[in-house]
Amino acid sequence: MIRATALGKRYGMKRVLHDVDFELERGGFLVVTGPNGSGKTTLLRLAVGLAAPTAGAIEVAVDRARLGFVGHEPLVYGELTALENLDLYGRLYRVPERRERIGMLLERFGLWDARRERAAKFSRGMLQRLALCRAFLHEPELYVLDEPFTGLDDEGAELLDRELAERRPRGTFLVATHDPARLEPLATGRLSFA
Amino acid sequence: MRRFAADVATLARKDLRLELRARDTLPAMLLFVFSALVVFHFAIPDSSSRLASNGLLWVAILFTALLGLGRAFVPEREHSVLDGLVLAPCDRSAIWLGKGLATLSFLVAAEAIALPAFALFFSGLGASAVAGVALADVGICLVGSFVAAMSVASRARELILPLLFLPLAIPIVIGGVGASVASGPGRYLAFLALYDAVFAILCWASFEYVVTE
Repeated sequence: MIRATALGKRYGMKRVLHDVDFELERGGFLVVTGPNGSGKTTLLRLAVGLAAPTAGAIEVAVDRARLGFVGHEPLVYGELTALENLDLYGRLYRVPERRERIGMLLERFGLWDARRERAAKFSRGMLQRLALCRAFLHEPELYVLDEPFTGLDDEGAELLDRELAERRPRGTFLVATHDPARLEPLATGRLSFA
Repeated sequence: MRRFAADVATLARKDLRLELRARDTLPAMLLFVFSALVVFHFAIPDSSSRLASNGLLWVAILFTALLGLGRAFVPEREHSVLDGLVLAPCDRSAIWLGKGLATLSFLVAAEAIALPAFALFFSGLGASAVAGVALADVGICLVGSFVAAMSVASRARELILPLLFLPLAIPIVIGGVGASVASGPGRYLAFLALYDAVFAILCWASFEYVVTE
């Protein structure tokens, strides 16, 4: 699903990634670990095409329509409600039975009661739940998740554990985390940055 | 093509909804264009020619548009929403066209105040001048949205936008002023239409490279 060869990324003079090789098979679950600033986020941005490599190559065998991405930011409009944000993405992704699917996800992620509230009024944890709803809305094939547990309380984290376990058999996962033990039961491989 | 039009409509509608809710761009544009015309009214002597006052209208329109364009991508900057739109499986130029159409609607709304105010303070506008304003609006919003997207990734975005946009808007001013005051406005209107068509194609073809690294 993803193959990186001698992958490198520089921002000006700063070398963020150097000579990274890895392969993620379809159905695999690769956990990316490493300290802050080691290049995990850059790697994930390269994988989804939000950044271009300055050396080597990364091939991703899935198009944008089948890719679900959770980054450091929730990628939602603060002035739109949770419902409006998901409706916008649902339209752009041509999600079938959009309203039902949005309702089901909001319910599952505990945001149904806040569905008509503006995202700007959400707590960090609620924004993360909304970001997960956005990323899962179109039933992606490839999940690229950057610190997906950030901001979640215990209940939210357990909910995400269940969600990942449920989606694991029908998806491919590239997940950056500071808590690899949490994802150990699901992982098929680990990529560690020094 | 229908899919592209649907995406553009979705994105433009979202911008109108954001503005209706936040009301931070259109009121500023309305206030600015009206204030600018009031200032011009008192700044130029009564004996000055109609040609000079027509020029001032174009200055007011251009800087009012610049005000709107400066805020065009502010909602996308917040929470990095532009990344989310770039990852969506729509043609990326739909982001530019949706933003251009939303900005166009704000500019037209501002001109609904500006043109009658101009007629009140200075002189009425002929049909060719109004046609010139309409064609210029299209060019301003399409080129301006493109440049606004370019500047949004920059740290000095407040500087980059006017520095890039104003030189590109010079042909619009030439065509607009010509359509307003020349005895044969047809060729100026044709020039504005050509400018709109050429820059629409250029922006549509190159927007993808503006929003991806």
